[in-house]
Amino acid sequence: MAYKIKSAECTVCGACEAECPNIAISLKKGTYVIDPAKCTECQGQFDSPQCAAVCPADCCVPA
Amino acid sequence: MSNVVSLDSIFGLGQLAPPEVAPAAASGCSSSSCGSSDGPADMDPAVWDKVKNHPCYSEEAHHYFARMHVAVAPACNIQCNYCNRKYDCSNESRPGVVSEKLTPDQAIKKILAVAQEIPQLSVIGIAGPGDSLAAAGKNTFATFEHLQKKAPDLKLCLSTNGLALPEHVDTIAQYNIDHVTITINMVDPEVGAQIYPWIFHKHKRWTGLDAAKILHEQQMLGLEMLTARGILVKVNSVMIPGVNDEHLLEVNKAVKSRGAFLHNIMPLISDPAHGTYFGLNGQRGPTAQELKVVQDACEGGAKLMRHCRQCRADAVGLLGEDRGDEFTADKIEAMGVVAYDDEARRTYREHVEAERAGRNASKAAAQAEVQETVGVEAEPILIAVATKGGERINEHFGHAREFQIYEVGPGGAKFVGHRRVDQYCEGGSGDVDTLDGVLAAINDCTAVFVAKIGGCPSKSLADAGIEPVDRFAFDYIEESALAYFKDYAERLGQGVVRSRAGQDAVIRTGALTARRA
Repeated sequence: MAYKIKSAECTVCGACEAECPNIAISLKKGTYVIDPAKCTECQGQFDSPQCAAVCPADCCVPA
Repeated sequence: MSNVVSLDSIFGLGQLAPPEVAPAAASGCSSSSCGSSDGPADMDPAVWDKVKNHPCYSEEAHHYFARMHVAVAPACNIQCNYCNRKYDCSNESRPGVVSEKLTPDQAIKKILAVAQEIPQLSVIGIAGPGDSLAAAGKNTFATFEHLQKKAPDLKLCLSTNGLALPEHVDTIAQYNIDHVTITINMVDPEVGAQIYPWIFHKHKRWTGLDAAKILHEQQMLGLEMLTARGILVKVNSVMIPGVNDEHLLEVNKAVKSRGAFLHNIMPLISDPAHGTYFGLNGQRGPTAQELKVVQDACEGGAKLMRHCRQCRADAVGLLGEDRGDEFTADKIEAMGVVAYDDEARRTYREHVEAERAGRNASKAAAQAEVQETVGVEAEPILIAVATKGGERINEHFGHAREFQIYEVGPGGAKFVGHRRVDQYCEGGSGDVDTLDGVLAAINDCTAVFVAKIGGCPSKSLADAGIEPVDRFAFDYIEESALAYFKDYAERLGQGVVRSRAGQDAVIRTGALTARRA
């Protein structure tokens, strides 16, 4: 149960990193990645996964 | 002083000469320029002190001072139909476009390097490429915190869509950011729903009317909170024909009543190649005259700004020029440690201050002369001017990448806009297609003032009914425009020239493909 970032569509804006409540998102080699071990899909925290809600490129999707 | 000598490219003259002593005004004086270097009569001296060296907040200052945007804020919290965050191109100039994102540390180094090279630099702004206050404004405030310590003479400003503004007003005041720009395109959520497909607010994505309503409320609240703290606010509005064009009069009233200092109505930039919703759906931008009609209708509301160049989030230099290529990350990295030294900037600011003192009187004298000989009834005309800055006619026709537009008549000469064009002359020869573009861009003008112009374009302009004028080369724009108007009115009376009233012009929105000279 985790989200992933489609790197080909990512603009590397970092909006997701700032919103993630689990500090699961970080910049690795010029692109943002989600650590599946830390991602909770925001269940129990927010109505919807925060990364997907804020992403301007709609590239945060279920893994 | 070598830095200061290089300023001759701005003045079109040799050394920095002391300002000429201006003749005293013959009679009367124009309401907007009466007074001294203390600033315009209708402006609070404390406010004038804040804006006089800020190219974006003072039309006059934009002829003399340079700004620099640092692209440290790539994240955004709303989606606008005129924006596509995926798009980036170094040959383009419009808001939201940027080539290199910077960390706060890289930004500070770049700012210090640019400040050493460009003594006209007075303002550092953060305008994205996303929203400066999205992602908690972390990079924006980290940059300003360091900058305030490292280069205290530079003014700080930021620009935002306003959604996250209320929660950051205290921090903005704390870092002495005394200029904030808010983009406000509507005060009615019904209109807003056609511009904003969604916003991200309080951990949720909102769409439709709900989104527009929240955004509107946050914008108004943020504006009120800023003006209550004495922070100057400029409101930017994008004019979208058929969506918010007439509505902008209401926006103007709403922002004025909440204390906005300036209202900047900009044309929508729309092109399918930009990949935006509006671009892909054929939404057009306004023509030059459509824009001017709305701007004129808002005059008398919040003070109107017409000199905005809709510049990139990493623009460097005077408005209308971009020297970003000289300061890429690689070049900055290679520079080593850059020290802070404000001597050249101080000298330059003192020079501008002295020059301004003489100008007010000479403009008033020229205007009085027009009123005396032409009368006060004559219809004003538009004049296109090729200039590199310094309020002088100091650019060749073929080298101009934009023309500044002045309206001149018995009421004086005033800057009313600018038109971007492709450079006509490249590598020594003119290009016919480009010339057509220039003609379309200044088609509503009676004359074009240049430092120099070739025989060929000169003839094409004359054939199109636009008079090429090089007899005022290197002189001040406003005084020359008034002298020209006096002569024009006389010729119009004799039936030698025809009025160009009713003509329109095209606002250029495509990619700026101009190569650097």
